[in-house]
Amino acid sequence: MRPFTYERAASPAAAAKAAALTKGARFIAGGTNLLDLMKLDIEQPTHLIDVSRLPMAQIEATPEGGLRIGASATNSTAAAHVDIRARYPVLSEAIVSGGSPQLRNKASVGGNLLQRTRCAYFYDTSKPCNKRAPGSGCSALEGLNRNAAIFGASPACIATHPSDMAVALVALGARVETVSPSGDVRTVPMADLHRLPGDMPHVETTLVPGELITAVVLPPPPAGGQIYRKVRDRASYAGGLASVAVAGGQVALGMVAHKPWRAQAAEAALAGGASPAEAIAKELEGASSLGRNDFKVPLVARLTAAAISEAKGRG
Amino acid sequence: MRTTITVNGTARALDVDPRMTLLDLLREHLKLTGAKKGCDHGQCGACTVLVNGVRINSCLSLAVMHDGDEVVSIEGVGTPEKLHPVQTAFLNQDAFQCGYCTPGQICSTLGMLSELEAGVPSQETPPGATPVFSEVEVRERMSGNICRCTAYPQIIEAIKQAREAMA
Repeated sequence: MRPFTYERAASPAAAAKAAALTKGARFIAGGTNLLDLMKLDIEQPTHLIDVSRLPMAQIEATPEGGLRIGASATNSTAAAHVDIRARYPVLSEAIVSGGSPQLRNKASVGGNLLQRTRCAYFYDTSKPCNKRAPGSGCSALEGLNRNAAIFGASPACIATHPSDMAVALVALGARVETVSPSGDVRTVPMADLHRLPGDMPHVETTLVPGELITAVVLPPPPAGGQIYRKVRDRASYAGGLASVAVAGGQVALGMVAHKPWRAQAAEAALAGGASPAEAIAKELEGASSLGRNDFKVPLVARLTAAAISEAKGRG
Repeated sequence: MRTTITVNGTARALDVDPRMTLLDLLREHLKLTGAKKGCDHGQCGACTVLVNGVRINSCLSLAVMHDGDEVVSIEGVGTPEKLHPVQTAFLNQDAFQCGYCTPGQICSTLGMLSELEAGVPSQETPPGATPVFSEVEVRERMSGNICRCTAYPQIIEAIKQAREAMA
């Protein structure tokens, strides 16, 4: 691991300010993804700002009838929280389908949103990757791309976002609360937090440099049943090939795009009276695949139709 | 950087490089070599220890971030003269072959039983239900600990026996 300096932030605003002052600074909370990537020399921060002890771990009701989840709450704490299990079961289910218990005990809610892709070429420092080394090319285009995106990819990058939790948050219409280096506080809709790759796949979010996620805010749950379903190569502790989160009439897909994918075409079709199968077929009209990931299209069709039907039974 | 960590009940004040993981601190500085470095990337669970009672991968955590924390490694779980019930059960059930993953398996078991007790759900817990001890739950909750000798059936039996002994 390359040398870096380390500081403990005194407040969220001070952390954001410090991050803007030092080139190459990164926040660290759980560290489960960042340290892994630092050991592999993929992430090369010069300075770490520890935000894990800031008072951002509370999970509390909002005046609007929703829930505010502090960004440094652990994934395990969020998944086990009584209000999340009772009112936002899709979120609890998504969290416990990701990683291992040890990782979830350490990983933070904010960090989960900012984790990097699992694309094999992002991890292989001997190969070109526009996300890791901008301008070097995309090895996955004609390489091992079984887990590549089927929505919103670009010639520069076909990687997918690996988070399970983020898929549920998009389906629930959550917002992300942040503080910027200037001290400004704002909220960003979850669906707008992550970017599509375009020609800048190394820029993954719409956050400005130094901007710190302080919380995730859930609106009151939508009417109707909720469910999270994930397909992967083994039954536990594996990244997904595709996933779906359903919350009433709101549907998001995971591991199919550079960001958690809100299935707006499917939602509109459902609202217009389409069957679950017809609705997801509408969404998949916009899908494209590369050969090795062709299977994702019928997989997402069946997975999503089944999940929407099952969620109705839970409503 | 000056860091004080209570390890197995004893406060240890150390000057640590910010790059040092909690696992390397235990193994290289404190010579507590029970926690193992298997993959060093959070994939195998051999480095599992309890921090403030919660199981984590010590390979994916910086020692400087644990200032003031209480860490229990396998050396703090039991002694050869006075084994912990989980250790006794692993011996009784022949729940290992090479033994490399065993310290992590045992620390993980302790954390896992506490999580079940606290009602933390897993993907096997039915929606809204309070999780209950079962083979299906245990298998799911231990999936972060790999055993390349594949002693999994014996590990499950050992965990069942240990839980009865601890009741």
